Amino acid sequence: MEEFLHSIVSKYNYWTYIVLLLIGLYAMIAKNNLVKKIVGMSIFQSAIILFYVSIGLKKGAAIPIMEHGAHGQGHQAIEVAAYANPLPHVLMLTAIVVGVSTLGVALALVQKIFRVYGTIEEDEIMEKIGQ
Amino acid sequence: MKAIAFIVTLLLGALLIAATADLPDWGDPRSPASLHVSDYYIKNSMEQTSVPNFVTSVLADYRGYDTMFETTVIFCAGLTVLAILRRSHRREKKKVSPRPNTEDKDLILQSAARMIVPMMQLFALYVVAHGHHSPGGGFQGGVILGASFILLAVAYDLKMVLARLKEKTVLLLSGVGVLIYSGIGFICLLLGSNFLDYSAWAKIMPFGPIEARSHGMLGVEVGVAITVLCIMFSLYVDLASGGEMDEGL
Repeated sequence: MEEFLHSIVSKYNYWTYIVLLLIGLYAMIAKNNLVKKIVGMSIFQSAIILFYVSIGLKKGAAIPIMEHGAHGQGHQAIEVAAYANPLPHVLMLTAIVVGVSTLGVALALVQKIFRVYGTIEEDEIMEKIGQ
Repeated sequence: MKAIAFIVTLLLGALLIAATADLPDWGDPRSPASLHVSDYYIKNSMEQTSVPNFVTSVLADYRGYDTMFETTVIFCAGLTVLAILRRSHRREKKKVSPRPNTEDKDLILQSAARMIVPMMQLFALYVVAHGHHSPGGGFQGGVILGASFILLAVAYDLKMVLARLKEKTVLLLSGVGVLIYSGIGFICLLLGSNFLDYSAWAKIMPFGPIEARSHGMLGVEVGVAITVLCIMFSLYVDLASGGEMDEGL
């Protein structure tokens, strides 16, 4: 029982991201409206970003910025465990901004689709293509 | 269709939750992701680059090549939106706009925006310039700068902002940002070093090779900030006006 509780406490963050990811995936598959699909894609993306950021966490560690005196002075031995892992932060930092730009591209495509077909409902677009 | 989608997502969820048993505990300092290369960055960043913010040093120096192409991706996304949506109304006859009349002015909104925008821009410049020592950098500062212009466009109207920040200027500057980044890298090449190895700048500038890395990073971040600012603003303008650049939301 205790082991089971431990596994919940130490892993529940991943479960949160999985739930978010599934919400996004379901929206992308099942929704008929293209804008709702894009919202789903954004939720999916946020789940992955949160997952990466949580990987960078170390218990008891500070943000990945070193305490320092004037340039180069007051240097002590650096303890790796005292700073959070910077690598996931770097990867997600760029991923967020790139995600916003690709979201812009997706919205632009939807606008163009609306201009051409007069609707953004998937089944109505399919009907119009079939004609 | 919806039932199938529901079953598929549930199955995937079960699979993923079963897989979490193999993942490291939350906040475990000995998780595999924190053991290999990130150790090296934390230990050596201050010595090799004199930048105390590890995120900045990894972003702009250790993985600078990666970041350069991320910036290029943003630039290309901006160009793509422009290519998809932009249409000049010279060819088409101007239709009666279904959008609400933008003539009425909202005094509170406009006064608040007028007060907030300079603060935002000042703060954004601080975020860009101080990204080595505190949380921040080119991407964050660029987004804040872009948001300040978008706020102006929301509070007043698109024409007023576009009169001050012309579409051509925005596009030119977004290219200039990428050019600054790759240019700093290319000059390192001309100085006889590797691409984006900023320490080569010490040969022509009055500082040592380690400070040169720090200053090279600052230059690169400025390039990133310019590109991000321009693309964020151009994305908003294109999407809000449907590519006509006449009036926004």
